[in-house]
Amino acid sequence: MAIEIEKPAVGLSKVAVSDTHGEYSPYFAGWKAYDENPYDELWNSSGVIQMGLAENQVSFDLLEQYLEKHSEATNWGNRTSGFRDNALFQDYHGLQSFRKAMASFMEQIRGGRAKFNPDRIVITAGATAANELLTFILADPGDALLIPTPYYPGFDRDLRWRTGVKIVPVHCDSSNNFEITPQALDAAYNEAESHNIKVKGVLITNPSNPLGATIKRSTLEEILEFVTRKNIHLVSDEIYSGSTFSGEEFVSVAEVLEARDYKESDRVHIVYSLSKDLGLPGFRVGTIYSYNDKVVTTARRMSSFTLISSQTQQLLASMLSDRTFTENYIKTNRERLKKRHQMIIDGLKNSGIECLKGNAGLFCWMNLSPLLEEPTKESELTLWKSMLHEVKLNISPGSSCHCSDPGWFRVCFANMSEQTLQVALTRIHNFMDRRKAMKSSPDFSSY
Amino acid sequence: MKKTRNSTTTTTGGGGATTAMRVIVPLQGIVQGRGGLFLGSVIPCALFYFLQLYLKGRGGRNSDEPAAPPESSPSETHLPDVSTLQRVHSRLLLSPRGTSGLAQVSSRIAKQADGPYYVGLNHAADDPYDEMNNPDGVIQLGLAENRLSLDVVQEWLADNTRESIICQDLSISGIAAFQSFDGLVELKVVVAGFMSQVIEKPMFFNPAQIVLTAGATPAIEILSFCLADPGNAFLAPSPYYPDLDRDVKWRTGVEIVPVPCRSADNFSLSTTALDRAFNQAKKRGLKVRGIIISNPSNPVGILYNREMLYSLLDFATEKNIHIISNEVFAGSTHGSEEFVSMAEIINTEGENFDRNRVHIVYGLSKDVSLPGFGIGVIYTFNENVLSAAKKLARFSPVSAPTQRLLISMLSHTKFIQRYIKINRERVRRMYILFMGGLKLLGIECTKSNGGFYCWADMSSLIRSYSEKGELELWEKLLNVAKVNATPGSSCHCVEPGWFQLCFSTLREKDIPVVIERIRRISETCISRS
Repeated sequence: MAIEIEKPAVGLSKVAVSDTHGEYSPYFAGWKAYDENPYDELWNSSGVIQMGLAENQVSFDLLEQYLEKHSEATNWGNRTSGFRDNALFQDYHGLQSFRKAMASFMEQIRGGRAKFNPDRIVITAGATAANELLTFILADPGDALLIPTPYYPGFDRDLRWRTGVKIVPVHCDSSNNFEITPQALDAAYNEAESHNIKVKGVLITNPSNPLGATIKRSTLEEILEFVTRKNIHLVSDEIYSGSTFSGEEFVSVAEVLEARDYKESDRVHIVYSLSKDLGLPGFRVGTIYSYNDKVVTTARRMSSFTLISSQTQQLLASMLSDRTFTENYIKTNRERLKKRHQMIIDGLKNSGIECLKGNAGLFCWMNLSPLLEEPTKESELTLWKSMLHEVKLNISPGSSCHCSDPGWFRVCFANMSEQTLQVALTRIHNFMDRRKAMKSSPDFSSY
Repeated sequence: MKKTRNSTTTTTGGGGATTAMRVIVPLQGIVQGRGGLFLGSVIPCALFYFLQLYLKGRGGRNSDEPAAPPESSPSETHLPDVSTLQRVHSRLLLSPRGTSGLAQVSSRIAKQADGPYYVGLNHAADDPYDEMNNPDGVIQLGLAENRLSLDVVQEWLADNTRESIICQDLSISGIAAFQSFDGLVELKVVVAGFMSQVIEKPMFFNPAQIVLTAGATPAIEILSFCLADPGNAFLAPSPYYPDLDRDVKWRTGVEIVPVPCRSADNFSLSTTALDRAFNQAKKRGLKVRGIIISNPSNPVGILYNREMLYSLLDFATEKNIHIISNEVFAGSTHGSEEFVSMAEIINTEGENFDRNRVHIVYGLSKDVSLPGFGIGVIYTFNENVLSAAKKLARFSPVSAPTQRLLISMLSHTKFIQRYIKINRERVRRMYILFMGGLKLLGIECTKSNGGFYCWADMSSLIRSYSEKGELELWEKLLNVAKVNATPGSSCHCVEPGWFQLCFSTLREKDIPVVIERIRRISETCISRS
């Protein structure tokens, strides 16, 4: 019998076979568990409640109302020339009206404390694309970005996968509420240097994901001083800027720059998106706002790889330039998020769980370190598994966010109804009660 | 002193404790993250170190790690000129020095395309022709965008948009919520059906093999990222459309090795040329990972017949490489020749060829007058590529409302049938008219069966039979005749004098205007004798 000679399979690239997409990490594994057994108030009340998805569903009704009332925003047939322009060559400049509307919306979110020039806005299909694009522009393969921990797990994939750029963590810990310090920045920079890795920039998320807190003005100024000193870039991912619970506490890097007359600003770039603040992740709208002309030009050309359809731009341009709508939305959304946040904080407190003091975002940063067997990552993951399989809650373990202190978890509260949140809180409460009982009963060998 | 091959700019300023042992490591090591690999030898390192100190003392400018021992004595008052730092890595010469103290950006910024193709497009965009309002404006013949049948689509949209986006039973939460990045299943199903309608054959396209992206441009880039590593190459028959350079090469680091096609062969691809190009690439140390073709081809507009497709598959099998077939103009065929999709070959000859090497790119913007609604399709037979592409689609996803709209539109099969028919007729009509007009001027075009452009031989109008002569004509066309056409050199055509003239943004009555303008300057051109 002839032996079949196996021909070598046609090869794929390293990018294609790498697992930098990170879908094997707990952050995503939890989602799978949810997909397999999703909670439903009526049909599956013992299912897994998804608390790992940072999405904003609390203000859907406002959007629905707007679209009901303004159906002309979705109808382009009538305006002949409008349509022709609309279906125009997918020009990477984007519709002027849309860029204007975005600029104005970003200004409103910052209470008018910063001005945005529509010509510096580059549009992309989502913040994911915006962050990757900036990374391509600011760094070469092998270079690094410094990112304060804990950070959004998706960065490992979004910033590194195709770009070949590395992430060097800037370690922040609970001793000072996870604030970013100049010492931590310097330490990270030196760490990179010692491995002969060139640092090209710092990337911060403000308000922070997963901390759910805004960065103080003084910290922003220190960061700016650091990047200036090192002659590197600063990317400020401000996608949660509209999800602060009060209007005043959020300070954008744009405000700091404006206050100093835009000195040294061409190393600063802001990322924004409508997915979180406006609850429109399905629209895939992201923007890069750069104070650097070269970066704007290049980003614009690169946005050819990640365009937003002119139809979507048109729709959003109408909506975002409607001040009545936006002012009401921003205000109402804030109030509702604040209320939700209070609800979960109180609920957790009743169960004896503390959270980091938060003032923004769609999640809270919960401290379960007292529950750990040992202060290790493994213990944290064991606890996470219990939460997932016993309590049936999918929350995000701090280790997947590269948190150096074990035992912290990110818990989302805006992607569900109030009733569902109540169910989740009850489950946590019961879980904590069981643990207390377990601890006070010496005969209990295992749970 | 050994030259460091890594990106050699040291950031300066309070670096403070730079390690005394400046490490000399190969680029490879850095990229592979083997930090901490100490290979350096002490003396060059120490010399380096002292030079760094000297340069840093110069006040915080970014400095290159020089290849040669410092020539300037400490008493000099200025830094050595960049150009005297010879043997620095070529990338560095490209990267912008910027103003002093400005943070550097990546070398990708330097590698931007700025050739005639882009200049012409911008010119035309800045000063667009309008019969009424701007009769002296630039007529755009450089944009392969289909406006011929916009009115048909517009009519449909006027009647159907609102319901499509916000269906009765599907509230905003349906369109606003998080969906998988590679497209809604319903859309993939109707796109599969549409692809079959477009090629006018009852071919089965499997929706499960589809990844949807925000346009054909990211579709090609994603495939490039999946099939080749930085420094590898694709073969591409030339002339090829200018944007291919950007799509395949810009961010991926993949090279294109052109496979020249000639007018003598009607610009069709020959396997001899393929072989030659493959071997040349090998000699240059480039590993070829695949071939990328466009069918119908752009800028020429010819179709690949069955025989040629088989030859390509044989070649790819022999070399164990991939084939990417860009079929975005499949719905704009207008001649008598049959269009054969690569998918058809695989479907019918499945056993003879390894389907894992075949990937098709498609898009709606060319065929369905919807560039502003850009949807691209990756259709692959390779499970691993499919899996990777699905994840990579997150960087170029299509917005949900657009998807809903398209689901609705593409499901209206009667409308689509009608649209495809009308569009084809109009493309054909414009092609004939335009070709005819050019013929009157003595300008011949390659016989084309697809796409909405003419590939015209204007060499009789150029002064010197060279790229320079061609660009002079291009410039004259743009600035004097006020007609933007794409010169063959932007398409890597080896024969000077060829131009791509797209007629899809014109109306019939614009054609005489264009012909007249070209005629006027052709009279002022000295013909090559």
